[in-house]
Amino acid sequence: MTLGNRVRDQLGRITSRTPADTSVFVAPASTVPGARVGYDLDGRVPAGDPSTAWDRRRAEYKLVSPLNTKKMTVVVVGTGLAGSGAAAALGELGYDVHAFTYHDAARRAHSVAAQGGINSARAKKVDGDSLQRFVTDTVKGGDFRAREADAFRLGAQSVRVIDHMNAIGAPFAREYGGTLATRSFGGVQVSRTYYTRGQTGQQLQVAGAQALQRQVARGTVKLHTRTEMLDLIVDAGVCRGVVVRDLVSGQVWAQPAHAVILASGGYGSVYFHSTLAMNCNASASWRACRHGAFLANPSFVQFHPTALPISSHWQSKTILMSESLRNDGRIWVPRTPGDSRPAGKIPDKDRDYYLERKYPAFGNLAPRDISSRAAKEQIDSGHGVGPLSNSVYLDFSDALHSLGREAIAQRYGNLFEMYERATGEDPYVVPMRIAPGAHFTMGGLWSDFNQMTALPGLFVGGEVGWAYHGANRLGANSLLSACVDGWFTLPFSLPNYLNPLLGQPLPGAGDACVRDAVARVERRTAALLGVGGSQAASKFHRRLGEIMYRGCGVERSAASLTQAIAEIADLRAEFWDDLSVPGSGAQLNQGLERAGRVADFLELAELMCVDALDRQESCGAHFRTEYQDSGEARRDDAHWAFVSAWEVDGAPQGVADHALSFVRHAEPLHFEAVQLATRSYK
Amino acid sequence: MKLRVEVWRQAGPDTEGHFETHEVDGLEPHLSVLEMLDALNEQLIDAGQEPVAFESDCREGICGACGITVDGQVHGPEDNLPACHQRLVGLNDGATIHLEPLRSACFPVVRDLIVDRSGLDELIRAGGYVSISAGTAPDADALPITEQVAETALDFAACIGCGACVAACPNGSAHLFAGAKLAHLSMLPIPADEREQRARSMIRVTDEIFGPCSYYGECARACPAKVPLAAVAAVNHERMLAGLRRKL
Repeated sequence: MTLGNRVRDQLGRITSRTPADTSVFVAPASTVPGARVGYDLDGRVPAGDPSTAWDRRRAEYKLVSPLNTKKMTVVVVGTGLAGSGAAAALGELGYDVHAFTYHDAARRAHSVAAQGGINSARAKKVDGDSLQRFVTDTVKGGDFRAREADAFRLGAQSVRVIDHMNAIGAPFAREYGGTLATRSFGGVQVSRTYYTRGQTGQQLQVAGAQALQRQVARGTVKLHTRTEMLDLIVDAGVCRGVVVRDLVSGQVWAQPAHAVILASGGYGSVYFHSTLAMNCNASASWRACRHGAFLANPSFVQFHPTALPISSHWQSKTILMSESLRNDGRIWVPRTPGDSRPAGKIPDKDRDYYLERKYPAFGNLAPRDISSRAAKEQIDSGHGVGPLSNSVYLDFSDALHSLGREAIAQRYGNLFEMYERATGEDPYVVPMRIAPGAHFTMGGLWSDFNQMTALPGLFVGGEVGWAYHGANRLGANSLLSACVDGWFTLPFSLPNYLNPLLGQPLPGAGDACVRDAVARVERRTAALLGVGGSQAASKFHRRLGEIMYRGCGVERSAASLTQAIAEIADLRAEFWDDLSVPGSGAQLNQGLERAGRVADFLELAELMCVDALDRQESCGAHFRTEYQDSGEARRDDAHWAFVSAWEVDGAPQGVADHALSFVRHAEPLHFEAVQLATRSYK
Repeated sequence: MKLRVEVWRQAGPDTEGHFETHEVDGLEPHLSVLEMLDALNEQLIDAGQEPVAFESDCREGICGACGITVDGQVHGPEDNLPACHQRLVGLNDGATIHLEPLRSACFPVVRDLIVDRSGLDELIRAGGYVSISAGTAPDADALPITEQVAETALDFAACIGCGACVAACPNGSAHLFAGAKLAHLSMLPIPADEREQRARSMIRVTDEIFGPCSYYGECARACPAKVPLAAVAAVNHERMLAGLRRKL
């Protein structure tokens, strides 16, 4: 029996129309040219009460004895909150772990930049919080496009996450009495967000990276810094390791493994200007997708309403300003389009506080997707402010007047400073200018309830996956999902997969699957270096970002998406015709690194547009202008209450005819604990 | 605005480096020095020349990836700011800007403006962690921590690991980095349980890899995370406590 068959035998069929599925789900036909409808996916959630699903599943899992864990090799790609947690926890259990990061140090991963906090359903206060309420908020906040059972796991495990991160060194904010402090965040009415000032992500990330270093010192984890994953080793449909490039020497080498965990983050930087870090990329997940791991809901992207607008050509990103500013700042635009008077000269009667007007119940604290959309609407209708008319005002003058400068400085001093440094404008004197910026990707590699993708042997943790957040993520749930996956899900589910593989030798350098994978990477590198054109990869990236903001941004329509798909195909052709990558592959070559990442973005972007065009409804952050009720998203549960998981096929990169084809598989979603309802924040 | 950029080029750790001069046009005063490098690199690649290698990631001052020497100053002319937040405002049109890697014997050059700061991680591996495995932690509310202790611990924990302290120190000392970690973990009840062992091990490795501390205070002036200078005192404080405890 081949390994592939053995794995499949043990897991049952990866995908099936189970006889129990009597709801007769029929996926709608795709209207996108070239996209086909595939089969139904089984998320492998245990039947019955979703609130106990994870406990029941854990009790069934097969184990690997502590005497045998050192015989099993696991690769973890990425050392952010999910990756460092998974690698450290598996190292603690004695597995032979290889962790990879393209940074010089594990601590630099972009989890470090999360500001606000981490949610936990500890529900100690008497404010009415509970596990059920956490799940309701998360599922409803995500506009009913994620699995309920996953949200229960997220909430239930969140308690241990806080205990663990506190114990390994995260100095959470405390009340004067010494107990953990919490604060409120958008989209909920309880206080369940734990935090360390405005640097929660940093403190959790540093604690996680330290735990990882502890295992490196113990010898259970081998940490490979400045090493980038460029392909997967796939043998008979099973993932058996990775191929990486040493970014300093340029050497390409293979690391075989019994299982691979991708924890490589989201793909928001496909928009060029985003709140993400400069090196964030989609290459690991896109490589996985090209090998048969499906990408779920790739068009579900969160645009953060309080990012800094783009004001000059060389500005590298839309710096994120914390959501907390909306507690005291009032958002407005001039009532008359094109009103060019300075903000202070525009009297109250000529201002439109549009969030307060449209959503009186939530006002300036309306959820992110809704606030971003409202801002875009104002900017598009000519009410935008600033030199490029591409932003809206976030005005603190009322708060400064009533609370005084000192109180405001105490609350937001560091943010005001950062704003002034970035823009040269003093927010104590003139209102801040903000605009929506690409931020978090709810979509990602599809995985079942065990966090395994459609490619057996390949698991996901954190933002690279799709679970939990549906079509819109609640603030402070991203750090939580990364921690729950890394520390408290994968260490349970991975051994179940590894158990039957005990004694299975790893593929060697001479095996065809390894040689093929290495050869693929070398061919692609040669292709990138060999174009010999005249434009830097960054130029194509910038143009791709413009196409994506225009075609597949805060709002999308059939027309904008169809146009974007055509433009992306043209840009991709131009990329492979006129790319310039000086230097060689046998050295540290950042131009080459960037080129490879942009090559992948140019394919992923097309799939994002295809997914957005395919889904004929609006939900959460996916707002199709055709499907709305006077500005509010119109969800279509009768036809679209499922996850689109896309399979991608096409010639390897660099080959002349570079067309991709797409198959949409579907996992139907059912809701038992939270009733399907229309979101309203009016 | 237009700038004349004198930038350090070095192919590898064992090759000789040199300054190269370029002109970059179309800049604006509120761009960061790293965005100016982006512009220079696009210009170089378009012309078929190799870009200047430099490290940078979040561009929000929290990841610690960036770190270069700008006009002789670690990270740039403004104190307590990382390179990604150092803007071009102080420069006139046509001015010259001088870019080098962080200069320290403990940070060998990898290429151009990139240096090897892995010594800092060696310090963490020597004990800058807490020996609690996943799932075994007690309730986070079981041991109260006063607000003041948590906040002070966070002042030290704010370190972004950029290595500016080492590069700014005439001795190449990492006392600010090591002391910040020791102080942060010694103040929290669970991590404090292994503080003597941690102090002995981390201080031994600090002494091996980095230079001694002579209390110049340059580190705290360069530190983008504003880690208090008291951190350097924490090194000897913890060293002494660990020594005393060993004798008990």
